Amino acid sequence: MNIDSGTVLRLTSFDLCLASSLMLVLAILSLVLQLGLEKKILIYSIRMTAQLLFIGVILRYLFASSSFILVFLLSMVMLSAAGREAWVRQKRKIKGFTGYLISTGSMFVSSFSIALIALSVIIDVKPWYTPQYAIPLLGMLLGNTMTGVALAVDQLTEQLYRRRSEVEQRLLLGQDWKEASLDIRRDCIRTGMTPIINSMAAAGLVSLPGMMTGQILGGTPPVEAVKYQILIMFLIAGGTGFGVISAIWASSRVLFDHRERLRLDNLQSER
Amino acid sequence: MIDTLLAVRNLCFQGCGPLSFSLSQGECIGIRGQSGVGKTQMFRALSDLIPSTGEVLLRGRARETFAAPRWRTLVSMLPTDSVWWYDDVAAHFNSSEARVFLDRMCGKVGLAAEIASWQVNRLSTGEKQRLALLRSLQIKPGILLLDEPTSALDDLSTKLVETLLLERCRDEGLSLMWVSHDEAQLARVSDRLFVMHKNQLTEVV
Repeated sequence: MNIDSGTVLRLTSFDLCLASSLMLVLAILSLVLQLGLEKKILIYSIRMTAQLLFIGVILRYLFASSSFILVFLLSMVMLSAAGREAWVRQKRKIKGFTGYLISTGSMFVSSFSIALIALSVIIDVKPWYTPQYAIPLLGMLLGNTMTGVALAVDQLTEQLYRRRSEVEQRLLLGQDWKEASLDIRRDCIRTGMTPIINSMAAAGLVSLPGMMTGQILGGTPPVEAVKYQILIMFLIAGGTGFGVISAIWASSRVLFDHRERLRLDNLQSER
Repeated sequence: MIDTLLAVRNLCFQGCGPLSFSLSQGECIGIRGQSGVGKTQMFRALSDLIPSTGEVLLRGRARETFAAPRWRTLVSMLPTDSVWWYDDVAAHFNSSEARVFLDRMCGKVGLAAEIASWQVNRLSTGEKQRLALLRSLQIKPGILLLDEPTSALDDLSTKLVETLLLERCRDEGLSLMWVSHDEAQLARVSDRLFVMHKNQLTEVV
């Protein structure tokens, strides 16, 4: 079909059903191969569809109203959900509310501050909380930071658990907690940063990032879409880096006490 | 008059205690007791690796007044199983002073003179145990808590390790707490002998 530039082809419910049949095939394949993923594939497919449809409706009202209060409320909901997702993905969670606070706090510090700088200084949109810019930008930042934080903190708790003898013997040789856990903390920060570094390396060569693809499909000229994508990649990399570093620092402070003892009793038992 | 170096009063940890005892400078205390009775955990509590209550004084000064890393160099522990985090032996003795110490001492515990140039994965369990002892000694602890330090050694190496440690007690005032299941060894090395039983530490007269 020939289409003019700027024309968006509307997707019908049938088109989406056709795409969702892929998940059905994947679930059947999982059942046949005994991967045990079929339930998750189906549940998360339905959940993702419901979440996106819901946010679509919310965004329609939000874009129409441009209310600061609504933008703020939605961003808080997004932050809480991202903090929870990052926390529940960890195999050995930090006990109590602290683990959730660390995930949420690190994302708040990194994603929110970077989104604020980008909106008010770089993009310079007026007002800075214009929902068409603020919500998608924050969503992309939170989504990527969440993956980085979840990977890094999961790695930290797992590594400290498995390598506790090493850490304790280093402490016994007079090293402070920072020195005794330095190698582990560095590895965890690298782990958290790897997905975004891989994305940057592959962008344009292997993959066309989602936002850019969306803009091009929506009719934006490719060069403009590319400029936005470059900006977004820098912001995401910065946000992920700051988020991962602050999450690892805060988690380490919980797992070493004031006498620099490794406190694995602050972790929940593995289930 | 005996100079008390370490005074422990009502030490409680992980359901054990209260334990009270003292250790003099240059003294070696032997400790025996069944497996699982809490000997290792007592050492971990003394070196401040796990939380404990009670009073631990070094030359009359409370443990809490020392920075934790400083305390662990003064009251250090040598665990039964050593852990090595670099590939090369030399990397674990990374200061020039530590390397000189290793080169000077390795012959005294029956290790090859060129062991510093070896990779850790080449070492036997016994070699690792003796190297771990030298690694602990090079930080110059005042008190060394030894958790079965010769469990992987043959008779000759055991004798060398005992001789080296007792020499350092005599010449440099190092104090030792020595856990072993070998009663003959404890009789050879210790000035006083304690038995740990039912979470209590009792001196054998």
